Amino acid sequence: MTMPYYVAPEQVMKDRAEYAQKGIARGRSLVATTYDQGIVIVADNPSRSLHKISEIYDRIAFAGVGKYNEFDQLRVSGIRHADTKGYAYSREDVEARSLANLYAQYLGQVFTHEMKPLEVEILVAELGNGLRPPQLYHIAYEGTITDEDRFAVLGGETGTIQERLDQEWSATWTLTEALRAAVAALAGPDRTLAADGLEAAVLAEGNGRRAFRRLVDEELAALLA
Amino acid sequence: MSLPLFTTTEDPGPDFAGLIRRLRVPTHPLSGGAPTAPAEGFRHGTTVVALRYADGVVMAGDRRATEGHAIAHRAMEKVFPADRYSAVAIAGAAGPAVEMVRLFQTQLEHYEKVEGVVLSLEGKANQLGQMVREHLPMAMQGLAVVPLFAGFDLARQTGRIFTYDVTGGHYEETEYNATGSGGRDARTTVKLGYRDGLDRDAAVELAIQSLYEAADEDSATGGPDLIRGIYPLVATVTAGGFASVGEDEVAERFASLIERRRMEGRQP
Repeated sequence: MTMPYYVAPEQVMKDRAEYAQKGIARGRSLVATTYDQGIVIVADNPSRSLHKISEIYDRIAFAGVGKYNEFDQLRVSGIRHADTKGYAYSREDVEARSLANLYAQYLGQVFTHEMKPLEVEILVAELGNGLRPPQLYHIAYEGTITDEDRFAVLGGETGTIQERLDQEWSATWTLTEALRAAVAALAGPDRTLAADGLEAAVLAEGNGRRAFRRLVDEELAALLA
Repeated sequence: MSLPLFTTTEDPGPDFAGLIRRLRVPTHPLSGGAPTAPAEGFRHGTTVVALRYADGVVMAGDRRATEGHAIAHRAMEKVFPADRYSAVAIAGAAGPAVEMVRLFQTQLEHYEKVEGVVLSLEGKANQLGQMVREHLPMAMQGLAVVPLFAGFDLARQTGRIFTYDVTGGHYEETEYNATGSGGRDARTTVKLGYRDGLDRDAAVELAIQSLYEAADEDSATGGPDLIRGIYPLVATVTAGGFASVGEDEVAERFASLIERRRMEGRQP
């Protein structure tokens, strides 16, 4: 005979949140910040092929931390959403806010209704234009969405990284300054991160229609040197 | 719109055309649903030409669209960047042709973003072939679309040109080709001036000359419109990517072409 049992909803949610947080904390962190020409995203990621940062659309980038297969599925669905919308309406009608909301709804839905929450935290970054300022949408595993206009930190020990970056942050800093500060904040006082252990990309004017560009190899090393 | 998520067995992968079919996004009827009566009174685009040169390929197209015997549009664009390293030019029914280009461009970029790598030039040419093939029922109704595809092959470090027929068959050209109603005249002109390893100037000049001759012989091909300042579109694709040849340069080349012929005592 099975025993009837009762678990308080608070406990269920708490357990799920704990499960997701643990999963995310196992991975490495990621930082995105605005600078004078756009947005730079940098991740503690030694892999050259399994990216945490990707292009979604002309002026929109995606970044994720946590379980790779889970955030990669979200990344692909974001590209599908943006390309479909741009094809059905027009390229300028594709914006990050609606995509961020869709992500938030999906993550919230999975968190409350599925067996297992997604162990991911994601970022949707959009380069500003004359009408809109640059925007960073940070979406947590349970669907909480926050919009930042300065910087965003994703991953496990975000508190300390956030503090470090908060002291340094400046609205007018250049790519070099922003990147160095972001890498220093990621690394902390006790270790240094070299270019070959980092993945970095920018959303910037001057790259043509598609503002997304990866910073790789020599270019990244030169910026950090 | 909701987030397009699929189960692993139904995932369309990097195929954008398959994705929008699954999402039931209304598209131009590239396949199926063909009109029952032969189409008349639709806009048609005309002469486009592509030729290889030392650094890559040159592609050019006139600007006229016709509806029967009337001019429907004087400044139509028929040469488009397909992605960073390739270009596509269209001849045939304007509506479906422009739609096909838009789908093709989105398809290439979609693949690149989803997969994280760029499709090979051969792969791009095959993709376009599939789109033309799917369009065959419409072509049988008189709405044929015949593209010309050219690009820089990064693996082989050379420019390559592909031509198509209405069935989607595609053939690689080693030197040059042209399609559209004035294609034959353009082709002959290029043929007379073509040599291996032309430099950029000579190649652009030859493309311009070929369009000039085509416009002279074919009523559906527009020549340089000096009154309105509308000139054919010319573009190059090299190791540096797709680049449009500036309108000033094109205008100047036409002007000097006409001037040169006057000096030589020929009919311009």
